[in-house]
Order: sequence, then structure tokens, then C-alpha cells
Amino acid sequence: MHALTIRLQDEIFALEATSVREILDTVPITRVPNAPDFVGGLINVRGTVVPLADLRVVFGMQRPPTDQDTRIVVVEFELDGEPLVAGILADKVHEVTEIDAGSMEAVPAVGMRWPPAFIRSIGKRGDGFVIIPDMQRIFRIEAGLDAAAA
Amino acid sequence: MTSTDPAETFRHEAAGLLEILEQSLLDLEKRPDDGDLVSSAFRALHTLKGSGAMFGFTAVSSFIHDFETAFDKVRKGEAAATAPLVAAALRAKDHVAALIADESAVDPQKGAAILRALAEAISAPAPNGSDWLVSFRLPDNALIHGTNPKLLFAEMQSLGACEILDRSVPVAPVGEIDPDFLYLGWAVRIDGAVELPAIEDVFLFIRDDMELTIERSDGGKQENATAEEAPPQAARASEVLRCEPESDASSSAQKDKTATLRVPAERLDELMDRVGELVIAQARLSQLAVSRHDPALVSIAEDIERLTSSLRDTTMGTRMVPIGTLFGRFRRLVHDLSRDLGKQVTLVTSGEETELDKTVIEQLADPLVHLIRNAMDHGIEPSAERRASGKGDTATLRLSAAHRGAEVAVTIADDGAGLDTARIRAKAEASGLIAPGAVLGEADVNRLIFEAGFSTSRSVTSLSGRGVGMDVVKGTIEGLRGSVDLASEPGYGTEVTLRLPLTLAIIDGLLVRVGSGRYTIPLAAVEECIELPKNAGEMRGRSFLDVRGELVPFMRLRDLFHADGEADVYQKVVIVSSGQIRIGLVVDQIIGNNQTVIKQLSRLHSTLKTFSGATILGDGTVALILDVMNLVGFGQKLEETRRDDVLARAA
Repeated sequence: MHALTIRLQDEIFALEATSVREILDTVPITRVPNAPDFVGGLINVRGTVVPLADLRVVFGMQRPPTDQDTRIVVVEFELDGEPLVAGILADKVHEVTEIDAGSMEAVPAVGMRWPPAFIRSIGKRGDGFVIIPDMQRIFRIEAGLDAAAA
Repeated sequence: MTSTDPAETFRHEAAGLLEILEQSLLDLEKRPDDGDLVSSAFRALHTLKGSGAMFGFTAVSSFIHDFETAFDKVRKGEAAATAPLVAAALRAKDHVAALIADESAVDPQKGAAILRALAEAISAPAPNGSDWLVSFRLPDNALIHGTNPKLLFAEMQSLGACEILDRSVPVAPVGEIDPDFLYLGWAVRIDGAVELPAIEDVFLFIRDDMELTIERSDGGKQENATAEEAPPQAARASEVLRCEPESDASSSAQKDKTATLRVPAERLDELMDRVGELVIAQARLSQLAVSRHDPALVSIAEDIERLTSSLRDTTMGTRMVPIGTLFGRFRRLVHDLSRDLGKQVTLVTSGEETELDKTVIEQLADPLVHLIRNAMDHGIEPSAERRASGKGDTATLRLSAAHRGAEVAVTIADDGAGLDTARIRAKAEASGLIAPGAVLGEADVNRLIFEAGFSTSRSVTSLSGRGVGMDVVKGTIEGLRGSVDLASEPGYGTEVTLRLPLTLAIIDGLLVRVGSGRYTIPLAAVEECIELPKNAGEMRGRSFLDVRGELVPFMRLRDLFHADGEADVYQKVVIVSSGQIRIGLVVDQIIGNNQTVIKQLSRLHSTLKTFSGATILGDGTVALILDVMNLVGFGQKLEETRRDDVLARAA
């Protein structure tokens, strides 16, 4: 899998490289009152308003304020048959790399710090692990889209 | 340039022409004598035939050729536009539409059957042999201008057998007669074989000021019969001339055609996007110019601002479509439904000129179809029942549109039986929508018809009664961020009002600050801004403001948005309204007016009802746009609870 690796707190996550549209320095974030924390912000990406998602909320991580390493990864992917553009807040962006499909493993049912439902698989890279999140499921559940559809 | 499929171009053109044809036919049913309508239908047919053949739609053009032949008889006055003819012509029009959509899917037998019906309708009443009855009266000063009636008679006589009838016209008393004045009018009977245009030509140069009617007369009529006394069937079988010679009419239609341009909708959308970006860039320029204190730059920025705002208005104007284009489609629906249901219904429309954004109009079509079907199927009673309750046989269905503040209200009202609240209640209890014996007001019970899966009709008809429909209507309108109002008076009818926000791509907004966040309020909804009085009492826990003697509920946006930081010492209230209801929004600071480009919120935020969208400010940050209608709804609830409180105290 061709992937962009980012750091969220002390974990490395891999986003599918084909879904990444661009990487931005931090921009002013507009808070959306009463929205779920996960998608509590809006940013201006060259004239379009894009929701900003914070995966750290989903994985129950701490959320320190932005620093000089913070970046916004703009991703575009299919969600329920329609394209969705969103910004993902990353504590640091590492690199575009190849993750060997053979090294990817299913999520162990026990012994995980993070909610397994939101993780598609875990890959190995060097001597560390890379978490490959299930973006579709995260956005559908965390942004309340299921509730909206019902 | 994008290359376009010629067949597609034809389909676009044909859709427009078919619509003209349908409208003319429907009008013709009501005014069978109107020569304008016959010619407009004929022109549409003729153009369709020509371009159909040009684009290789041979089946279309050959069918239209026969259709046109039949219709030409009507145009020449050889056949009358009777109800059966109009019905057959409408079927033929549908057939043409089907042929254009997909030639191979249409059964040729059907086309032949329609043509037979047309031919029958044409030949049935043959007013062919009857004579023309020409009655005319020249202007008083005709003689002074040198018109000689005798020459007119001579010219008519040259056309064919001609008989001059007297036509009694009041003449001034003998002493007051001015010999230069023409007091007389005449009626002339001309042989029926004469072509209508030939008779018109006689009056070609004096047509403007005179009174002229040319009709088919009944052959066996009395010698002294006048045009006014013509029996009704003769009048129906006649063709009354109301227009200038036809060549003029068609050239004016030609002029209209060159003045309008067909543009693909997506190009307009693209243009709107570009203008939106321009507006944002211009706002940044203005901000920069002010901060640089350079008079030259400021003056350019002001020019750009003026240009941008007029460009914005023009662009928006191109997207606005009068709602009449939509109403037109429903005439056919009502026409067909009233035949299928055996109920006589007249559709009365008003406010056709009310303009709405084209995307809103498009999405409005389905809900309106549902509502009209419901009104005709359930709302309007059968004729017998109507007579019993003292109403006329013919029911009236009113479809109207009007601007109300920042909204457009579209109303569908019938004069039928009204909603049967008891039956709705029983049905709702049976299907478990409400608990048996639940205490609900009449209006609340009536609103249950908007619930999914609700239908009171005991029989499922082909039109409605499947319990889908009203909830779809509500869903679609709410999707457009509008709302649905329902009013019903038992025995007098039902009225459904769709309120649609004027949401367009760009609006004028009032920028305010709440805590550290900035928000835009649509300016059209803003009534006034006042300072929040220090003693603005939270009356018994609820907030009301005394604005010149009226109690206006207010809401602190700081609380609603959980704003951080300290509240400003001097808070302001922006009073907004929607319809009759007003509400005050307490903000920290009013920043000023700005042009707001509305950007839709993504699906991730679609559940938030307090915001209708977002916009990008001059400094590049995003600001949310408040959804006034929803906030006002919130205020309305406050108001209602207050009233209940007052009532409870009084009791």
C-alpha cells in the first residue's frame, strides 16, 4: 500500500496516498459550535470551506495546541457513494512510503489501546507499527452520519 | 469550446417547443376561438417538424407532419378546436415527446391510433360549408382620413359571393349629425370557400383602430342576424380574429427567440463559483487598501467593489427563474387528473413572476406534484358531495407564490372538505404514531400527515393513498432549509404553504462577533440592531425584550454557542424576523455589512440546524452563517411557553 505516514501523539498512522489531496501548514480554524468534537472545525482550503477532522478525538488521545510541526492533510475519499473532502489534523507529517501488504495484519481483538472497530489493519515499518485507520467507518460513526441517515 | 451532441441540442429545443404546444392546447380548450393560440401551436409543430427532420428524427417529423396537417385545418378555420380535438392533440404531443426520448421504445400502432383519433376529431363537426360573417365598424374619423367603405365592399365582393347585412348602430340625433363622421357599422356575409387571410387582407391598412370580427356563421341564419346574436355553437365553431396579420406575430416571436440564449446550467454554476471567488478576493483587496492608507489604492478598490457587486447581481439574476415555468407544468397535471377522477377542478395560479433560484425550482417540482395530487384526490370532494354541501360543482385549486421577507411562500389551497382530524387521529393511533388518547391540538394532529408511512385514504388509488408523499414533501422542503405550514378548515378546504428561504449563492450579510467567533446573519432577515439594556430582565427565567412596546424574545448566542472568554460589557441585540415572528440575538459586537458567498456545509455538519452554511471572510477565515428560520422557530417556542405561562397564571 502506498501510504502517507503521519504522527498523532506517539502513534504513527498511515493514510492511503491516493486519497491525499494536499498537505497544508496550519491555517486559522473556525470552531463550529455544537458540532461533534471530531469534526468541530472548518478551514478555508483555497476558497472552499472544508471540515477539519481530528482523529485524536476518535482514538481518545490528548489534544495539545498546534505547534510548528502541526499540518493539515486534506483527503478526499468516497463515503456512501459520494466524495467527501476533509482536513485531517496531524501532529507531524512524515513521508510517503510503501507499506508491504504482507506485513499488514488484522487487528488483534485484545490487547489494543485503541478502539479496534476504527482500525483496518496494522502494518510494520522498520521496527515500529503503523496503524491504518478505517476512515469510512470513522467518519460515518463519529460524525453522526448514521444517525442523520436514520 | 465543448462540442455538443446535435441530437441533444434538438431534444433541448424540442422540450421547449412541446411545452409551448401543450400550453397553447390547454388554453385552446378554454378559448377555442383564439386565433393566436392556434397559430402558436401550429408554429411550434412546424418548427418541431423542420428541426426533427434536420437532426434525423424521421419518425418524429413524419408523425408531426400528419399531426400538423390535422391542425392546419383548425388554423384555416375549417375545423373547430373542440374538446375531443384538444384531448387527441395532447395525446399526440405526449407521443411526440416519447418519440423524441426514444424512438425504438414506442409502439408505432399507438401513433397511428392517435392520428386516427385526431382525424376523427377534425372531421366530426364540419363547419366547412358555413359562410363567413364579417362584422366591422370603422373609426369615427375614418372618412376624414380618406377611407372609403365602398371600396372595402367592392374588394370583399371580388373575393366571392357577398351579401351586405344591415347592422343596427345607434346614430346621433339628426340635428347633431356631423357629415364628416362615420356613424355606421356593417355586417357582411361572404362565401365560406374564401380563405380567411384573404378577408383579413381587405382590412390590412385600417386594421389598427377599427372593430372587426370574422366568424364562421351558421348557414341557415336569419337575414338580420348580427354578430352579437350568433348562437353559441356557431361562436364555438368560429374563429375570432384578435391579432394582427400572422406574419407580424411570427416575426415578433422570432425576435424573442434571438433575445434569449440557451446556456447549459453547469456553465452558470461555474460562473457563479468564479464570481463567488471574485467577491472574496475583492473583500481582501478592500481590507488591504484601507490598512495601507493609500488613496489611489482605495479608489481602485472601491471601483472594483462596485463592479463586483453589480457583476454579482447580474450573475445571480441569470440563475433566477420565474416560478411560472413550474406552474405551467401543473396545468396539464390538473387537466388529466380532473378527467381521471371525474372531478371538475379549475387551477388558478398567481405570482408566477416570483423568482427563485433555479436549483430550488427544480427541487420544488416533485413536492408540488404530490401536494396537487393529494388535494385533488383527497381534499376535493366528488361533485355530488360538493353540491350537497352547497358548493359549486367546479372546485378551485389555487397555486400561488409570493415573496415574504427573506423567504418565498408557495401556497397550494383547495376549497375541498378540509382535513378530517378525527380520522387522522384514529389512523395515527391505529398505526402507533401516537398513544391512544394522547392530548394533541388539532393542528398537531393534522401535522401527523407528514409522518412517514401515514395515509388515511381507505382506498389506495393509482394517484395517492400509499402513504408516501407527504413525508417526502416535508423532507424535500426541509432539505432546501424551508418549512411546511398546514392550515385546514373543515368544510372549507386545506391550505399548504411551503416556505423557502431565498438562499442563493451570495447574500448580503451582517457580520457579528460572539466570543472569539465571527458569524454572519443574512441581512434580509435583520430588522434592527439595538443595545441590550442593562436591566434586560430575564423574566422568570425567560428572556424578553421590550422593543417599543412589543415583547420580543431574545437568545444569548454566547450561551447557545458555548462561547469562551468574557462577555463584552455592552452587548448588542440583532433583531431578526421570519414571517410574523421576531427574535433578538444577543451578540458581543456588530462588525458590519459584508457580501457573503454561501458555501454549503459538508455532510459532516448537516445535522446542525442553527447554521445554513459557511462563508469565507476578507482575511481568509471561515465564518458560519446563522440559519434565521431555525433560530426564529426556537424563539417561537419560547414565545409559546410564555403565553402558556400567562394563561396558566390567569386561570
